[in-house]
Amino acid sequence: MTDSQSSLSNLDLEAHEKPFLDSNELVINMGPQHPATHGVLRVILRLDGEKVLGLECVIGYLHRGVEKIGEHRTYTMFNPYVDRMDYVAAVSNGLGYCETVEKLLNVEAPPRAQYIRVILTELNRIASHQLWLGTHALDIGAITPLFYTFRDREEILKIYEKYCGARLTTHAFRIGGLQYETYAGFEKDVRNFLTFFRPKIDEYEELLTTNRIWLERTKNVGKISGEDCIALGVTGPVLRASGVKWDVRKAQPYANYKNFDFDIPIGENGDTYDRYLVRMAEMRQSVRIIEQAIEAIPEGPVLAKIPKVMKPAAGEVYHSIEAPKGELGYFIVSDGSTQPYRVRVRPPSFVNLQALDLMCRGQLVADVIAVIGTLDIVLGEVDR
Amino acid sequence: MIAKLRQTCGSGLTALTYAGQNYMVVDRSLIPEILHVLRNEEQFDYCVDITAVHYPKREKQFDVVWVLYSFARNERIRVTTQILDGESLPSSVPIWPTTNWLEREVYDMFGIKFDGHPDLKRILLPDGWKGHPLRKDYSILQQDKEWVQINLGIESGQ
Repeated sequence: MTDSQSSLSNLDLEAHEKPFLDSNELVINMGPQHPATHGVLRVILRLDGEKVLGLECVIGYLHRGVEKIGEHRTYTMFNPYVDRMDYVAAVSNGLGYCETVEKLLNVEAPPRAQYIRVILTELNRIASHQLWLGTHALDIGAITPLFYTFRDREEILKIYEKYCGARLTTHAFRIGGLQYETYAGFEKDVRNFLTFFRPKIDEYEELLTTNRIWLERTKNVGKISGEDCIALGVTGPVLRASGVKWDVRKAQPYANYKNFDFDIPIGENGDTYDRYLVRMAEMRQSVRIIEQAIEAIPEGPVLAKIPKVMKPAAGEVYHSIEAPKGELGYFIVSDGSTQPYRVRVRPPSFVNLQALDLMCRGQLVADVIAVIGTLDIVLGEVDR
Repeated sequence: MIAKLRQTCGSGLTALTYAGQNYMVVDRSLIPEILHVLRNEEQFDYCVDITAVHYPKREKQFDVVWVLYSFARNERIRVTTQILDGESLPSSVPIWPTTNWLEREVYDMFGIKFDGHPDLKRILLPDGWKGHPLRKDYSILQQDKEWVQINLGIESGQ
């Protein structure tokens, strides 16, 4: 009896010392198992009420040691592994890797292979942006675009499936060109897709571009300036939406991108809405590139003369491409043996994610979801 | 540019080209100055990547590589330096904020320390992990068994 009395009086004392509603900062944990973090991303948020004061990303939950595996596989054997990094843009990963090894070997893919590579890579850019649009809109509360984008992405995956048998981790390219000649009807399928897809972009835009809820949730959310983007190494659509007109395809052309006529869409405000517009415009530009490429595919071999056992001369090469998410670079060191001495992947998602803290400061908790979506990260690539 | 840099650096700088790509090998002692000059005077405003390569048989065991890009010149360059095991490097976070995570990854994978880094801790592996997996003496099957047993409650992660 006496005990409970004394504890009661203690409680009363404490209640007087602390006000019922205090103004302390609140630290909360989001993820790693959270539907809106696009995989196993953990974010520690420091909040003042609903306002974000700062945040820290905890990553590595999907770390598989891809770079270490690369040192223990031959150049050819490592090729399928790169597809597992950014698994929604596997073709782009493969293109970057194959081109880097080709640089080490000093060979070039034949013209026909170059054209087919560009077609498949640009199709992949569309597929990646579609997946981004569907999930990003879903996070913010618009469910319908998800069904539209996944319905249309299916058509691209069908082309992949007919071409190489796989839909997601395609392993479409080989070092030196392509393993497979295109199937009969490939060009027709791609043309049909373009005719089918062109009006679909307008359909997506009709759902969102002037939608009041979408505007409220994206305008002035997660703003970042061009200078900050460059300082933080942010590339891809995020950089371009902040007004910096830079695209590896134009700045340092690889494959045969210099043969095609296309624009680099840019934004002005660097907010979530502008990044949305930039990616929509990029899908249109990709359609333009594929249109030109499909008309100009030359005849000829699809695989260059490469040795069966690849032993590039000792040396090191850095080569990068414009993946759907930004600059994807490979730094490969060869020691003259059949296996790379070191493979370093410069992942765009990893570097872009670093800007999350800056972009979320001063925003609301609900905006953090919007900003994670607009950065378009894939955790397989962040963690490798 | 190289000629200008050589005036300030003397024989500590070797400029090389491989497969059409320019890179320079620089003495460890010149690194702070070189990076500063490249950023502030030569307009290399975008640090693309920092990484390292381990050569266990060499006396200076590590190559550390900075991949830089200049928007104004549309030019890429790599800066490489060799350091001893246990030797540290100055952090580039004050000149390129993007290097924060990149340096953390190099520390995580190779155990190379960067002086003056605001928060140098592991990034991909758990904080309590022992060993740095991208060193050549770390076997591909190796793992921190103790960490796995204590934190995951399983015998082995494989």
